[in-house]
Amino acid sequence: MAQRVVVDPITRIEGHFRIEAEMDDNNVIRRAYSSGTMVRGIEIIMRDRDPRDAWAIAQRTCGVCTTVHSFASIRAVEDALDIRIPRNANLIRNIMIAQQFIHDHVMHFYHLHALDWVDVVAALKADPKETSRVARSLSSWPKTSPAYFASIQNKVKEIVASGQLTIFADGYWGHPAYKLPPEIDLLAVVHYLEALDAQRDFVKIHTVFGGKNPHPNFLVGGVPFPIDLTSDKALNADTLAIIQDAIEKMHTFVYQVYLPDLLAIAPYYKEYTKLGEGLGNFLSWGEFPVDDIRNVDSYLVPRGAILNRDLSTIHAVDPRDMGQVQEFVKHSWYDYTVGDDVGLHPWEGETDLHYTGPKPPYEHLDIKEKYSWLKSPRWEGHPMEVGPLARMLILYASGNTQAKALVERTLKTLDAPVEALFSTLGRTAARGLESAIYVNAMRGWYNDLIENIKTGDYTIVNTEKWEPTTWPTHAKGVGTTEAPRGSLGHWAVIDNGKITNYQQVVPTTWNASPEDQKGQGGAYERSLERTKIAIPDQPLEILRTIHSFDPCMACAVHMVDANHKTLGTTTVMPSIVVQLFSKANRPTKPILTIGDFQRK
Amino acid sequence: MESNGRSLVEKSLIARGISRRDFFKYCALVAGTLALPTSYGLRVAEALEKKSERLPVIWLELQDCAGCSESFTRAAKPSAADVVLDLISLNYHETLMATAGTQAEKLREDTIKVGGYLVIVEGAIPSSEGDIYCTIGGKTAEQILHDTVKNAVAVVSVGSCSSFGGLPKTYPNPTGAKRVMDLVKDKPILNLPGCPVNAVNITATLVHFLTFGKLPAIDDKLHRPLFAYGSLIHNNCPRRGHFNRGKFVREWGDEGHKKGWCLYKMGCKGPVTFSNCPLVKWNDSVSWPIGSGHGCIGCTEPDFWDHPLYLPVKIQEVSPPAFYPAVGVETEKPIDATSVAVTGAIAGAILGAVGAAAVTKNRHSKDGNGQSSGES
Ligand code: SF4
Repeated sequence: MAQRVVVDPITRIEGHFRIEAEMDDNNVIRRAYSSGTMVRGIEIIMRDRDPRDAWAIAQRTCGVCTTVHSFASIRAVEDALDIRIPRNANLIRNIMIAQQFIHDHVMHFYHLHALDWVDVVAALKADPKETSRVARSLSSWPKTSPAYFASIQNKVKEIVASGQLTIFADGYWGHPAYKLPPEIDLLAVVHYLEALDAQRDFVKIHTVFGGKNPHPNFLVGGVPFPIDLTSDKALNADTLAIIQDAIEKMHTFVYQVYLPDLLAIAPYYKEYTKLGEGLGNFLSWGEFPVDDIRNVDSYLVPRGAILNRDLSTIHAVDPRDMGQVQEFVKHSWYDYTVGDDVGLHPWEGETDLHYTGPKPPYEHLDIKEKYSWLKSPRWEGHPMEVGPLARMLILYASGNTQAKALVERTLKTLDAPVEALFSTLGRTAARGLESAIYVNAMRGWYNDLIENIKTGDYTIVNTEKWEPTTWPTHAKGVGTTEAPRGSLGHWAVIDNGKITNYQQVVPTTWNASPEDQKGQGGAYERSLERTKIAIPDQPLEILRTIHSFDPCMACAVHMVDANHKTLGTTTVMPSIVVQLFSKANRPTKPILTIGDFQRK
Repeated sequence: MESNGRSLVEKSLIARGISRRDFFKYCALVAGTLALPTSYGLRVAEALEKKSERLPVIWLELQDCAGCSESFTRAAKPSAADVVLDLISLNYHETLMATAGTQAEKLREDTIKVGGYLVIVEGAIPSSEGDIYCTIGGKTAEQILHDTVKNAVAVVSVGSCSSFGGLPKTYPNPTGAKRVMDLVKDKPILNLPGCPVNAVNITATLVHFLTFGKLPAIDDKLHRPLFAYGSLIHNNCPRRGHFNRGKFVREWGDEGHKKGWCLYKMGCKGPVTFSNCPLVKWNDSVSWPIGSGHGCIGCTEPDFWDHPLYLPVKIQEVSPPAFYPAVGVETEKPIDATSVAVTGAIAGAILGAVGAAAVTKNRHSKDGNGQSSGES
């Protein structure tokens, strides 16, 4: 009979998340249910506050993608108050957003996702000489001597022998679904540790511009770190050198470690090019404007939607269009005044918290009723996937030359058709591939910043509308961004200088949403169907697919109204874009320096 | 675990290309962070080298944003890898651990059974409507906290949420969020507030614990270690000279801003915030908030979220000369360039105590919710 596996907590993600999956007699998942199990109530905390402060509160929605909520928030306020930011500020923001992408993706791959594919204990069986040979065949990354691999292997041996396995304790080591040769296991374990060190240098961009990371500082109207080449308290030659150094370190790491590892591991898991697809519907708000966020056509990553895997059509989306996005609560612990069968556009949304789940401690959720703190956002009625795969597909479908080359290279390595992209592995690969695009673009923005500063333009902020006396009594705005995990939008209403309504629709709400009133599950739920679980109490296969989305539950569940009052909510979408390489977005070096990428 | 005459720590360092000399250097650096004389570095090194068993640690993430866990991974000397592989056995940490589900929960339970472990808590604990605002493995956050601290030697709250309630507890505290100290009464508790906590202060606290077998000295009200929260930012701020001479940034991007003048008028909370930020800085000491041109937001103080970011704080004089008002008394005295504004000899929640009241009063005057901390 149908057996239900429960995985709670799903670890190596941000936040608190549970999967219940029903399997048939052959341990194949028939139906899965995903539930967010934590709420804080950030939107209500936001009410009645100074809109210039909103970025800081919004930022704390998530400490992993620590900047993305600030950007969405600042853009929403700047949209509402019609504030145009200076060129320097836009370039600096692009660099900061891209840094977030690279940092997040590298850490996701090595520290949150790799252990689904890499058997740490099996690495002990590796021949370090062979690992060294493999490593050298993949890349020109310098740390590849047999002695180096042997020393780390010994270190892992001692940890295992000590019986105190620390974070590696009780992993599913030895599980038959681990398929890598021990030499590649060892390579990946070593890079797990190296990535942990390397990422510390990546974040220095945020530290220079925002004073710290996680949670750097921002400013409505621009950026807070002044520019003055003659001052030691501002962005000058010394601090610019830190930025450039960090960009170069990221570039090297992505091309010499991340991409080669990805392509070394992927061929052993080709069955995951046929599993974990999910919906086949994809949405991207788009990101990286050349000058002004309002100039949607200038974005490096286009805005648009793809339906039913059809890469020939990119549908226009508009976040201001009240008709495009609705949120449903049929299976979410909220009440709507209009009942559970009607969706509400976020600007008219309600957030009336009403837990009807089982009393803790509980074994199972009641999946026929409400079972999650996440709502179900839908675009024109469709559940949508957001994130790296959505962005890469939209880049690819819109003809971005870098994206095309990277995708084709990857498919060739895997000897797989384009349909292979719609899968767990496709999602994991897309994350690496888009990192390559953004790390190239960062060099371009850095050079543009230097050029602009050289003209004597030190402007970092537009203060015309800093004082609340300059604001209209009523204003509303929307701010969109692409977070590493997917499309993020904040909607703000400002009355008499204070926020009166604030709504966030975040990537993981799209991806991890429960079923809607039509019984359509979200991307996570659908992606698990047809997956066979070899050992039901070691559900490695579930982790692989869920981690391929890079869940962030703190982001996903943020709306609470303790007084059961109505809060508005959100929405979606703008137009389609094809123009990709406007000047500022164009990398300064040849686009495809695949360089070490799979060097033979 | 002294095989081949080398300690676990040493071997691990060598494996990752860190020399013995570098190891001593980082021990001296940690001693410095702990406000100990550099000579203590040797004692730290000896203690770390002698450890044959690593300290078991359970790190709970409750109503959190994972920012403090992320911050921990930015630790440099010692690094997060040094800590996790050599100094402690991180038996439970949702974001980092390999295993999941039942196995994860079993690891936590097994560690509790054996006892002698340290608990690190990140995030607040919700407590209304039957605690259903945060459950893990089907259990409530509060129950998990109680079960987990049972056999612990001590509890360290990382970040402002577990220390003081942080963002979830901010007005109107929609989920009834509480801090660890409200719920755990019978264990030594040390708070490392900050949004997020600076990694330097986590690693220094751990190293202190491993070296001296106890938590560092704390103040009795807010339980913050004195080495990190013993003085006001304002008193160690490199811009203090400008403050004293009345040279203030008056508009973002103005000459003063470019030249690094005082950010007081732009809302800097440095005068009411206790933290070692100006001394240890952030991310390998690359910069820190004021150093990057934005005022301090006061994130190590209780209820700092109830202060508008860009509204200047009221300056109060807490110590000599004798004719100044007593500690904690709010004055309307306008800031004047020559005044000795604040001396931070006393670690207490000035921001939570006085400043917050000034702001929250007009914002939320109807109920007492979200008012200044109960500490003051
Ligand atoms: S007010 Fe802020 S910037 Fe000015 S001296 Fe004090 S801490 Fe430094």
